[in-house]
Order: sequence, then C-alpha cells, then structure tokens
Amino acid sequence: MLSIKNLHAEIEGQQILKGINLEVKAGEVHAIMGPNGSGKSTLASVLAGREEYEVTEGEVTFLGKDILDLAPEDRAHEGLFLAFQYPVEIPGVSSNNFLRTALNQTREYKGLEPLDAVNFLKLMKEKMALVEIDQKLINRSLNEGFSGGEKKRNEIFQMAVLEPKLSILDETDSGLDIDALRIVANGVNKLKSPDNATILVTHYQRLLDHIVPDFVHVLYNGQIVKSGDKSLALELEDKGYDWIKEEVDATIS
Amino acid sequence: MIDQLKHNFKTFETSLNGATKSNWHELRTEAFEAFAKNGFPKPKDEEYRYTQIARALEKTFDFSATPVAIDAVHGNKPLFYDSDAIHVFIDNGVVQKDSLTHTELDAIEIMTLEEATNKYPEEVKAHFGKYANVQKDPFTALNTAFSYEGVFIKVTKNTKIERPVLLHYSTDGNNSISQSRNLILVEQGAEVSIIESHTSHGDSAHFSNHVSEIVVGANANFNGYKLQHQHDKSYHVDNTFISQDRDSKAQTYTLTLEGKLIRNNLNFALEDENCEAHMFGLYVVRDNGHVDNHTNVDHKMPKCYSNEIYKGILDDKAKGVFNGKIFVRQDAQKTNAFQSNKNILLTDTASINTKPQLEIWADDVSCSHGCTTGQLDEEQLFYLRSRGVSKSSATAMLLHAFVNDVLDKINISFLHNFINEEISKRLD
Ligand SMILES: Nc1ncnc2c1ncn2[C@@H]1O[C@H](COP(=O)(O)OP(=O)(O)O)[C@@H](O)[C@H]1O
Ligand SMILES: [Mg+2]
Repeated sequence: MLSIKNLHAEIEGQQILKGINLEVKAGEVHAIMGPNGSGKSTLASVLAGREEYEVTEGEVTFLGKDILDLAPEDRAHEGLFLAFQYPVEIPGVSSNNFLRTALNQTREYKGLEPLDAVNFLKLMKEKMALVEIDQKLINRSLNEGFSGGEKKRNEIFQMAVLEPKLSILDETDSGLDIDALRIVANGVNKLKSPDNATILVTHYQRLLDHIVPDFVHVLYNGQIVKSGDKSLALELEDKGYDWIKEEVDATIS
Repeated sequence: MIDQLKHNFKTFETSLNGATKSNWHELRTEAFEAFAKNGFPKPKDEEYRYTQIARALEKTFDFSATPVAIDAVHGNKPLFYDSDAIHVFIDNGVVQKDSLTHTELDAIEIMTLEEATNKYPEEVKAHFGKYANVQKDPFTALNTAFSYEGVFIKVTKNTKIERPVLLHYSTDGNNSISQSRNLILVEQGAEVSIIESHTSHGDSAHFSNHVSEIVVGANANFNGYKLQHQHDKSYHVDNTFISQDRDSKAQTYTLTLEGKLIRNNLNFALEDENCEAHMFGLYVVRDNGHVDNHTNVDHKMPKCYSNEIYKGILDDKAKGVFNGKIFVRQDAQKTNAFQSNKNILLTDTASINTKPQLEIWADDVSCSHGCTTGQLDEEQLFYLRSRGVSKSSATAMLLHAFVNDVLDKINISFLHNFINEEISKRLD
C-alpha cells in the first residue's frame, strides 16, 4: 500500500530525514517509535504533503501512485490521513461544514455523488457514537478551545468519517488519560480492516497494549535504524533508547 | 477648477431663487468659501496622505457641471431588495420623489430636505450643517456648498421602527459628479435601522460625494448600515457625522465590496454620559481598488463606551488605509474605548496602512487598541487541505472565518444574507 524508498527531506536547509525505507501492506499496523526530535513528525508531514518540507531524494508510492507531486488534498482524496500531533485550532470554521466539504470533495474525486445534509448527519451520528465524542464539540468551531484530549479525539472522529486507506496517527496517545486512550484505541480498532493500514507514531508501549502492531520500527536521527515485531516495543519500554543510540553511533564511527 | 466652481456656485445660488438671507444660504456661502480657500486636499495633507484623491478627481472629472444633476437612473435594478423594507431611491444624488410614499407611516417621516425646511423649519435649522464641519473636510464643504435637497428622516420619539429604511443610491454618470445629503433625526427613545446601499451602473467613471448628519436623541438607538458596492471606476467620498445624546446607542456597519477609490470619514461625537457607540467595518478589495476608512470618536462626557472592529481582505494590488482616532476629553472620565483593525493580504502587491491615533486627556480611562496585518495561516490551511478540502475551498473557509465576527453583527437577515453571498462569490 505504502512504499517509501530512500526518502530524504529537509527544512530550511537542515536535513531531517536521511534515507527512510518502509513498506506498509494492507491490513497491517506499524508502530514508529524513537526519541524526540528524531524526525517522526517530519516523516508524517512529508507524507501528508506539507509544503515547507523539501524532499531532496527518494520516492513514495501510495497504492501504486507516486504521491510526492500530489497536493495535500489529493493525497487525502487518495486515502491518506494524518492525525496531527498538535491539531491546530481554527476559530470561525465550523466542524460540521468543514467535514462535509472534506468528505464531499473526496467523494467527488472518486466520482461519487455528494452526501446530502440528511445522510451526512446520519453518518456523523454513527461515527460520533463510534468514537464516543460529544455532539457539543462538533457544534463548536474546529478545535477551538478544545483540551488536548478533545483535540485528539476529534482527530479520530474525522478519521472515522473520512474512512482513509492509510492512517498515520502522530502521538495521538500523548496527553490522553487512560479512559480517553481506551476510547481512541477502540475507535482505531473498530475502523481496522484487511483493506486499510495504520501507522502509529508513539513513545509509549501503553497504546500498543490496545492496538497491537505487526511491526515496530525505531526512527533515530532521520533513519529507521531497527525494525522488529511487538516485542521490540516491550524491549524499548524496558531499556529505553540509549542502547539503540549507542549501537547506531558505534556503526557510524 | 476653483474659478469654474465659483461661477457654478453663483449660478446655483441664483437658480435656487431662495431667500438669500436664509440660514441655509449662509451655510452654503460659508461652506463654499471654506472650499474655495482650501481646495481639495493637497498632496502633503496629513488627513489624506495615503489617499491622493485630488489628483485622480481633477484628472478624471469635469467640475464645470457641478452640481447639476443628470437625469434619473431609469430602469436600473437596485442592488438588492426586500419587501420588508421602506424604500427610497436616490439617483445621481437626486431623491426620487415618487419613491417617497411613506407619509402614511405615522412614527417615521421621510421627505426631501427641501420639504423639511417647510414642514420642520425649526428642526432643520437646529441640526442641518451643525455637525458636518465645513472647515475640517473639503468634501464636506463642497457638499454643503451645493446642497439643496437630500433625504430627511425623522423618527418620532419613543417609537421603534420595525422595518428597516433602505436608501438606494445609484449613479450612472458619464464622468460625472453627484452629491447627496442626509439629515436623520432619531428622537428621544426611538429606534431605527437605516441601510444605505451605494451602487453604480454603466461603465464610465463617476464621483459621488455623500454627507450624512445623524442625531441620536437621549436613550435612542440607531443602526446605520452602509453598503458600498460600486464599480471599478467609481470614486466615492463619505462623510458621516453622528451626534449622540445621553444613554443612547449607535451601531454603524461600513461594508465595502467594490470601488476604485473610497474614502469614509466616520465621526462620532458622544455628547453626554452613558453613550454606547459601535463601529463595525468590513472591506474586501481587489484589483486596483483603494479603500480608506478614517474614523473618529470624540468622547466628550463620562462613562461612554466606544467599540470599533474593522476587518479587511486585500487582494491583487488593492490598497487599504485605516486610521482610527479616539479622542478622550478631560471631562470624559470612566471612558471605555476599544479598537481593533485586522487585515489579511492575499498577495505581495496588496497593502494596508493602519494607524491608531489615541489622544487621551482624562486619567480614569480604559482604552485598548490593536492592529494586525498578515497572510492566511499556513498551518490552518494545511490542516484543512490534509483532510481533503481543496486549496481554494480552504482559503475561502478561512477568509469567511476571518470576516464572520463582523458579518455576524449584522442583525438584518436579508442584508446579512446578501453580503454573505457577495463575499462568498468573491472568496470561493
Ligand atoms: N519547521 C521546522 N524548522 C526547523 N526545524 C524543524 C522544523 N520542524 C522540525 N524541525 C527539526 O526537525 C527535527 C525532527 O523533528 P520532528 O520531526 O518533530 O521530531 P519527532 O516528531 O520525532 O519528535 C528536530 O530536530 C526539529 O527541531
Ligand atoms: Mg513529533
């Protein structure tokens, strides 16, 4: 589904991604872990099409299509979704109107009829129940005045509505209490299918107790330096990142 | 040009055949002398520094015809219409008498100023030309000098007029000039909403010079909406003077959508205690449009509140000017004044000159102001796009959000809808 080959990216002349390789197939859950500042959010942003980052080398294909030249909205239309680490507040833009536009422009891209107001409302209700989000939040301006946890939940709600093929969840678990974490994880699990895939960017094992990954990767200094199965996450939880850093630094020197 | 106008002024005065010693005659003469002395704003004039209007006017217009009105604008459709409103049509500055069929309304009187001098001579004498300072602004002087009619509105005390009054101003001049004038008296405890809709037809240049004097009585409530939606060859200068008596409330909405060059001078005088003045402004300008809003609120007495929110979106090579003056006199203790001007520039070639001007002589005052100018927020734009919203829709959503807090203040639903649609057309 997603194939990243030797991806290099920089911002303001500073090289952040230094040759990422990653293959994600339908039905899989990948976890990307790694110390702060190693480039996890950068990778997520580059995949979603943030223009501030310049891809200097490498390629990314998604469902067989080269996506690096696609606009962010077209990547979304193709089925890519990024749950932001820090969702931005947009006062004055209603969640409802925004989501309906997003959904219908995606449907248009796929050659489907737009959902009318009634059916859209039905869909919203259904997804709200799925991710246990309060109608009151949806009635407000997009993320305006939301707590950290509410913002994260809203990301998962949008994901539920848009039904992407590949979801990248960038530290959706940080800042959530145990209950919220369970709800978010439940939402993700319910949306999982053999046709879609998930990339979880996380620091903590605790999310992976709820959403069990097929693969765990460690991203350090702009590269994936280690990959394994779910036991790698447990090992990281246990031993921290220092041993990996040492391993990598040793190979370099 | 001044010589030409002098000749015109003489002809004009004789043509009126009026009593040469009447109060109005003296006002005209004083105004004309002020204009003849000062002329149009000079290039270095501080008040018009960023709006070099004189050159443009002298180059484009033939002042020899001033102020002889051209034929009515026949058959032109108004910008918008709502059967709920009370309609008055003013074509090329001339009030269309047949549209004044409202005499049967008992709580509100609408007539020409000329009629008012016969029917309400005391009121006209007491208020006409009293607020519009001919020494301060040359356009006010020019307007007063050639004034002979206009719209007179009197709202009877302690009545609330439910239907908004809609003044349709149309111009279709051939490089011509028109002048229009209002005197609006909102008597004690009365309430009214008045919409001015300024539009132009045809495709040749036109200059309209508009002056309004609005007197808001004690405990009265005035809502003044001004919609400026002319075409890209229209020059428009507006001078509005609002005088508020104690415990009164006034809201103005200055909504500018199109025009070549627009200058608005909005003046509030808070004459007694406990007045509330709200100034809302919205300008969405494109191409080579130029919009200049000068506002001035004069806090003369204690415990008044003034609140100003102006927002602008400037596209292409559009230019904006905002100058907000808050003047708090020594007696005006416990004044509360707030001002904000926010702008979004959509291109590198659009520009805005924004300047707050606070002059405070009282010590117990709460005053705040702020202005911002910027582009659209990249992070917000990316967020929306990453969900599948096209760049143009996302831009429109953010611009709508930007103007919404001003739009939402418009309490007349048909006006709100009209402006919302016009802005959507422009933003989408
Ligand atoms: N906009 C930016 N400008 C400059 N440097 C940036 C920018 N965004 C991220 N970086 C740098 O890139 C590196 C990777 O950051 P990030 O991708 O956020 O890491 P992670 O998500 O793994 O914590 C950090 O060193 C960070 O300082
Ligand atoms: Mg991060």
